[in-house]
Amino acid sequence: MVSDVSFRCEPGTVTGFLGPNGAGKTTTMRMLVGLSAPDGGHSRVLERDYHDIPNPGRHVGVLLDAAAQHPGRTGREALTISAQLMGVPTSRVDELLTLVGLDRSAAKKRVRQYSLGMRQRLGLATALLGDPQVLILDEPANGLDPEGIRWMRGLLRDFADRGGTVLLSSHLLSEVEAVADRLLIIGGGEIKADGTRDELLSGSGVLVRATDPRELENALHSAGLTATPADGGYIVEADAETVGRAALTGGVVLTHLAPTESAGLEALFFELTETPA
Amino acid sequence: MTPAISFPRLTLVELRKMVDTRAGFWLQLTTAVLTLAVVILFCVFGETQDLIFRDMFALAILPASILLPIIGILLVSSEWSQRTALITFTLVPKRMRVMGAKIAAGVVLGAIVVVLALVTAVLAIAIVDGAWTMGPKVFLQMCVLLVTALLSGIAFGAAFLNSAVAVVLYFALPLVFGIAGAIPFMDSVADWIDTTRTTTPMTEGVATGAEWARFWVSMGVWMALPLAIGLYRIARGEIRAS
Repeated sequence: MVSDVSFRCEPGTVTGFLGPNGAGKTTTMRMLVGLSAPDGGHSRVLERDYHDIPNPGRHVGVLLDAAAQHPGRTGREALTISAQLMGVPTSRVDELLTLVGLDRSAAKKRVRQYSLGMRQRLGLATALLGDPQVLILDEPANGLDPEGIRWMRGLLRDFADRGGTVLLSSHLLSEVEAVADRLLIIGGGEIKADGTRDELLSGSGVLVRATDPRELENALHSAGLTATPADGGYIVEADAETVGRAALTGGVVLTHLAPTESAGLEALFFELTETPA
Repeated sequence: MTPAISFPRLTLVELRKMVDTRAGFWLQLTTAVLTLAVVILFCVFGETQDLIFRDMFALAILPASILLPIIGILLVSSEWSQRTALITFTLVPKRMRVMGAKIAAGVVLGAIVVVLALVTAVLAIAIVDGAWTMGPKVFLQMCVLLVTALLSGIAFGAAFLNSAVAVVLYFALPLVFGIAGAIPFMDSVADWIDTTRTTTPMTEGVATGAEWARFWVSMGVWMALPLAIGLYRIARGEIRAS
């Protein structure tokens, strides 16, 4: 169940779609590619309804479920079927197998024998087969080892830097944090936060310390800022510049002024996606 | 934007899906071996007066008309049971286009089987020096039987969207109905619905108008109805893996 989920992904960026399991990431992505129909609202991919893209595989690479492959087909055969459905030459199949690191013997094996990591690579190969401008990937890092995750990050970064648009989902912040330009946090079927990493962090305030805490409190107070004592200083719900200027006006010597690391993105993620008891 | 692939090419992909899995490959190989076996056995042990072209062709086409509907079932149901529907329908979002290609692929498979069975029957009759008796109408009737059987398979696959359920019911439902035909008050209904009764006249000689009518009514029940249910489900529903 999702409601009122609105967002836009720009070319040249990687958008990380974050949320706990069951938050509605997959449902949202399924609606994007027309496998599920929303009761209301609409989505557009490349400024079109997905159903109106005549040959979507050539424009939008989709990986919704790496396990969704016929176990009785070989990896190469699965890719060949997709290549034929998109009308790309079979030579692309070999290129992609090489790109995702499935060697000759792996390509000849039936998908039944694949590990989840190998299926994930095969799924990425399917998504990239048609040389698309957009990638929509649901939990692509699932089952990849750390080396595989690093490889995938490089691949997606490179794809976005060449002007592509990436939307990738994950329930693990650490997987997305390093590659996403923008984070979209979903919880309980609603968008909870949407912005760059820095934007999201700045929302949680700054921690400020000074040589004289009493003077600092006065300075913040006269600037109209609310200060909560914490950790030998104050947490202020404002950006660093505003706090710095308040300190300057009050003639206070600051010893520390930084986003509240104690909150951190992780705490924010849990805080935003937590379902009220 | 890049245009979609043509319908004939989409049909070719569906034909490829019929043979590129283990199940598909073994099923077709079994059918071929079985066909050769029954034809050879018939040539060796059959009575001389039975060795006519029409019966030989009917025999050569029999294993395929029993076993290959499973290929039709799997062609549709495995997309759900093996979850490949997620890929198929994101690459070809027009769902009825995919289903049209699957039906076309079923007809093409039927045509291929007819040609192979014809070649087998011709060779067999030539070898045993049998009689070349076969009317074009009876030949056509047997071709219709084969193609409708394959399409029934596709229809069952579409109606149930689950390989195991569709295969079991494809064989069990008509069988149950055939048994029910033994009940007196069901007898006259079975004349129109029990496929064993409605298809028999099609292989034995030129069918009469009434016999054709019974045949098409039974196909309405076992082919058109499940196909309609299946197409409705696929067109309207979410593409979910079972």
